[in-house]
Amino acid sequence: MAVRVQAGDFDVAAELKALRGGRADIGAVVSFVGLVRDMNDGDAIQTLTLEHYPEMTERALEAIEHEASTRWKINGSLIIHRVGTLKPQDQIVLVAVASAHREEAFKACAFMMDYLKTKAPFWKKEATNKGERWIDAKLSDDDAQARWES
Amino acid sequence: MNIKVLYFARIKESVNYSTEDLVLPANIATVTALKNHLAERGDIWADLFNGKQTIRAAINHELADNMAAINDGDEVAFFPPVTGG
Repeated sequence: MAVRVQAGDFDVAAELKALRGGRADIGAVVSFVGLVRDMNDGDAIQTLTLEHYPEMTERALEAIEHEASTRWKINGSLIIHRVGTLKPQDQIVLVAVASAHREEAFKACAFMMDYLKTKAPFWKKEATNKGERWIDAKLSDDDAQARWES
Repeated sequence: MNIKVLYFARIKESVNYSTEDLVLPANIATVTALKNHLAERGDIWADLFNGKQTIRAAINHELADNMAAINDGDEVAFFPPVTGG
């Protein structure tokens, strides 16, 4: 299990290869990559800036990985989240899970992403042609996280 | 007791600084009590902490609910609902 919070970009292929680590007992790797879109709420996005709470962020991400590892049999996981100013098409986040079979990896990856959306201390501010604005949290993200509680 | 308070994102921009050291009366011992204490400063503080806005808290880098206890030496952070990913 590993987490990284960084300003720079990441290479998905290289990260997934490292996650597998040459292990022959891994039969499935599921990954999610979040990207900056060029439009939001009808406005063109120039940049997206991610603020975070440095002393808390890695701990929160590690807690999410740990929780996933207690719920599903997984061989490894990785969360990379970028901070700072990004632009449309840039990669924001990578969540990847390796397991023997696909079902655990699919579920654990979705779980980690849903938890990240509601529990990890990141905040997005977008610069549009109308000025800068903080992005509001979405109720649908709370609902997505809540489905894992039942 | 002495605590450190941190503000993030739009709250940080509203109050115009990111951190402060506070000396609290002994009866300010929960997140809710601290929010009310800050709201008493009036103006922007009242707008932020009067309970009408959703403001999350963390104590010593762990998410904390409104009833969570605050102790001497704690680092308490206030921030809007998170929007990462």
